[in-house]
Amino acid sequence: MPIVRVQEADFDAGRELEALTRGRTDVGALASFVGLVRGANGGRAVGGMTLEHYPGMTEAALADICAQALARWNILDALVIHRVGRLSPGDRIVLVGVTSAHRGEAFEACEFIMDYLKTRAPFWKKESTPEGEHWIEARESDDLAANRWKG
Amino acid sequence: MVTLLYFASLRERLGCSREQVPLPGAAATVSSLIEQLRDRDARWSEAFAPGQRWRVAVNQRMADLATPVKPGDEIAFFPPVTGG
Repeated sequence: MPIVRVQEADFDAGRELEALTRGRTDVGALASFVGLVRGANGGRAVGGMTLEHYPGMTEAALADICAQALARWNILDALVIHRVGRLSPGDRIVLVGVTSAHRGEAFEACEFIMDYLKTRAPFWKKESTPEGEHWIEARESDDLAANRWKG
Repeated sequence: MVTLLYFASLRERLGCSREQVPLPGAAATVSSLIEQLRDRDARWSEAFAPGQRWRVAVNQRMADLATPVKPGDEIAFFPPVTGG
């Protein structure tokens, strides 16, 4: 059963991933991804960012993405934790964890979940720079990354 | 009546995060609802002008211009997402 959480608080990646495999002997692979806030973007210094989301739809969209991964790959479980609110450079933003019997399925499903999260889950980033605050524009490269999983 | 929600840059541009509006007649769709919003004033017609990049969700599921809307629906408008 996938675990999906949207929260302001930080997470302990080690503890969350350990919980995914605790008490199980069928897990042979655990792939994970942690996204962090960068202190520069396109040559500009970034002092921090604020993440907005659509409560209700966000959780449903993340659960749907995990369900798609479970249907498509032979994986055992999936976890997504995504933070919202005010974040500073170096802060963790998102954690994805996927367990499977063998590594190939876990690697692929983990990447699929991140690619779909970036193009389908209703989060928006507002960056703070020395010139002021501005909303980050969606990138075409993220659409291309998501589209390669089609078909 | 339907509930409209606006997020991120679209919310700031329109100065509105949530409102209730009547449906534009029977057999309403996202498209006819947007026509109704565009008729309000320049701010709304520009925000929803052709070529503007926005997305729509009906009852918290991604939708498009042809998606039907009915009384009680929650319809959200927002820019392309940028999480992760």
